[in-house]
Amino acid sequence: MTKRTLSILILVLAIACVLPFVLTSYRTFQAALVLVYAIALLGLNILTGYNGQISLGHGAFYAIGAYCAAILMDQAGCPYWATIPVAGAVCLLAGFLFGLPALRLEGLYLALATFALGVSMPQLLKYHLIEKWTGGVQGIVITKPNAPAFLAKAGLALSPDQWLYFFVLAVAVAMFLIGWNLVRGRIGRALIAIRDHHIAAEVMGINTALYKSLAFGVSAMFTGVAGALGAIAVQFVAPDSFNVFLSITLLVGVVVGGLASLSGALYGALFIQFVPNIADELSKAAPWAIFGVFLIGFIYLMPSGVAGAVRLAIERGHHRRSTR
Amino acid sequence: MLLDVKGLHASYGQTRVLHGLDFAIDEGSITTLLGANGAGKTTTLRALCGMVRKTGEVSFAGKRIDATATEDIVRLGVAHVPDGRGTFADLSTEENLRLGGYTRKDKAAVEADLERMYRFFPRLKERRRQQAGTLSGGEQQMLAVSRALMLGPKLLLLDEPSFGLAPLIVQELFEILAQINRTERVSMLLVEQNAAMALTLADRAYLIETGRVVLAGPAAEIKRDDAVRRSYLGY
Amino acid sequence: MLQIFAGLATGGIYASLALALVMIYQATHLVNFAQGEMAMFTTYIAWSLINAGMGYWPAFLLTVGVAFVLGVLIERIVIRPVENAPVLAVVVVFIGLLVILNSLAGWIFTYTIKSFPSPFPAELPFGIRLVSPHQLGAIGVTIVVLALLYAFFRFTPLGLAMRASAQNPASSRLVGIRVGWMLALGWGLAAAVGAVAGMMVAPIVYLDPNMMSGTLLYAFAAALLGGIESPGGAVVGGLIVGVLENVLGAFVIGNELKLVVALVVIVGVLLVKPSGVFGKTHVSRV
Repeated sequence: MTKRTLSILILVLAIACVLPFVLTSYRTFQAALVLVYAIALLGLNILTGYNGQISLGHGAFYAIGAYCAAILMDQAGCPYWATIPVAGAVCLLAGFLFGLPALRLEGLYLALATFALGVSMPQLLKYHLIEKWTGGVQGIVITKPNAPAFLAKAGLALSPDQWLYFFVLAVAVAMFLIGWNLVRGRIGRALIAIRDHHIAAEVMGINTALYKSLAFGVSAMFTGVAGALGAIAVQFVAPDSFNVFLSITLLVGVVVGGLASLSGALYGALFIQFVPNIADELSKAAPWAIFGVFLIGFIYLMPSGVAGAVRLAIERGHHRRSTR
Repeated sequence: MLLDVKGLHASYGQTRVLHGLDFAIDEGSITTLLGANGAGKTTTLRALCGMVRKTGEVSFAGKRIDATATEDIVRLGVAHVPDGRGTFADLSTEENLRLGGYTRKDKAAVEADLERMYRFFPRLKERRRQQAGTLSGGEQQMLAVSRALMLGPKLLLLDEPSFGLAPLIVQELFEILAQINRTERVSMLLVEQNAAMALTLADRAYLIETGRVVLAGPAAEIKRDDAVRRSYLGY
Repeated sequence: MLQIFAGLATGGIYASLALALVMIYQATHLVNFAQGEMAMFTTYIAWSLINAGMGYWPAFLLTVGVAFVLGVLIERIVIRPVENAPVLAVVVVFIGLLVILNSLAGWIFTYTIKSFPSPFPAELPFGIRLVSPHQLGAIGVTIVVLALLYAFFRFTPLGLAMRASAQNPASSRLVGIRVGWMLALGWGLAAAVGAVAGMMVAPIVYLDPNMMSGTLLYAFAAALLGGIESPGGAVVGGLIVGVLENVLGAFVIGNELKLVVALVVIVGVLLVKPSGVFGKTHVSRV
């Protein structure tokens, strides 16, 4: 990456580290949620943006990750930080397994199947046979972790919200690094090749079946990790919060932020976190009306999302400067 | 002049196929566009009907139709028998024919024309309820021509009507076309690879090579032309 | 036995909605994810009319008409710009439509659950208890709608033109058919059929903005099962899904996992025979 990009990233990271000390507790909490969404969107983007497989049911993987964390913490007494890799592993497997039959489904049909998954997820979570683990309709309540003791001893006293934020930030940076590595390398190129020219990719010797299933798995892993973090942040999981509208929210984030773009995940996350907050003041229905209008509007006018527009603006800026 | 074409350029995506065609069709005449595979003959017919991106001037019966949509050009009286026949494979033979008459207001005339088509092509009548996709190549060609005639057109565009047909059937078909041209003054623009048959039917011929007109004149003259004889008539 | 009749009744409703989906799919090769919300929204319109004092059947007919116009408008204004866009773009637009209609209904009519009247008498003559009057009525209405549609497509010139446009748009233009408008008409009809389905299901599940999400899923399952390109298949699929839902729900898995059944049917059909029971397998040329 260029020196310029690197310096921007370092700047952004620095700002991110300073935020919890200047924002209120509630805003810090919201910022943590933005990061959580960003990880989830990164996951969806890997599948839909880079690999062209439409998923209208990614909320299901978010839910699986969230419930993993909640069940482990609530019933196995697992420390919060250990639930993250477990959630990731479980979702990696789940995604890969879902990706296998999905291999036979293209575009519209995959959208249909994942939509069905998204719609039926709450029912699955409420099922009485697994109620003793999932807590049924009421869900599970978990406690917010406190900052580790050694930090307090070192003189850095962080509130639980601040600590949570830094924890999420650390995981987010790690996930973004993984994602960045993935899309820049051979795997990323293979995914994009499969998206753009499925048959040509096959003919070139790319094992499309393997890559597509892997894409599903990795994508689910990211979103599952986000789900686990989200559960810890919100301290609560319940079936009805993981309905199809969660999947649609993630879709909105990816479309608005920008498909096939890492920075898009951040823009999209900001959008889906704060628009409902602001729009809620108008009416209960307003956030979704806005989401819908933005979905359609962006497809018509800005198909590559905010990230695409930013990239375009930067390129124009360069062009103007170089032609002077 | 029924059809007047000036400076017709057409492209598929970035590839330019026609490079400034000029030709004209007189009312009541049969004109043929000859040329080898890939010369641009089919593209010309498609361009006339607004099915490909084009620039240039196209006038039909004195009216400019360059910017008109396909279905509206058809409604002005231009019937196109496309290559591949364009049969509605899942509909019956009779439904295919009735679709030809869909836009006409005079329903009695449509019924009369339906019977007329069955008289021209008795085989179609036999198979009127049969699914059109199951008809033989020759029958589908007859169906395609009949469907176009059901529009009651002033101009009939035919794209390689002899393609894949046995010579006897081609002869039958061309005789019917000649008859229709004589008795009903339906003008025709015939695109053909089978130059010999086309030149027998046509009054006027244009030879197209890589998207340009290279030779034009009365069919009899073109038939006698040495270069044409060697390249396209095979002797 | 009771379950089977109840299943047929709800199956009829699924069949109607599935038919609407198939009609749009046949013409455009697109699945209208917003079909359920369109049905829901038009049912709310019916509710408003009835609430304002209109009689049931006049409101019913007027709603069907309004739904038709709404369908035409949506096709012309929202869908037309993305007709030839990549699949992802179209799916996103459909979801956007779904979400807008859902929130619009919530905003205009509020989220409180409302009851929707059934036009059928409270009790059947001769004291028949096998099936409720509404269920029988719903079956009846479904049959009438399907018969009308069948007759329209099979015997009228416009129906023929619409069938032609769906099968072969290029050839349809060559006979002068305005394919764009045929598409819009198809959407109008699908919306009208959806409105009927909505008004039949509302008395059962009560009217609220989210009432159609389950029904839509069943309709998807039905359409896929019967064959997404086969109207007859959609009807049969609807009935099968309806009966399956009720029978499995009563005897096997309880009412809790009904939607999961739909999911299993959908994924199962897509994996085993994507063209459905009555569909033709398509081979696409590479």
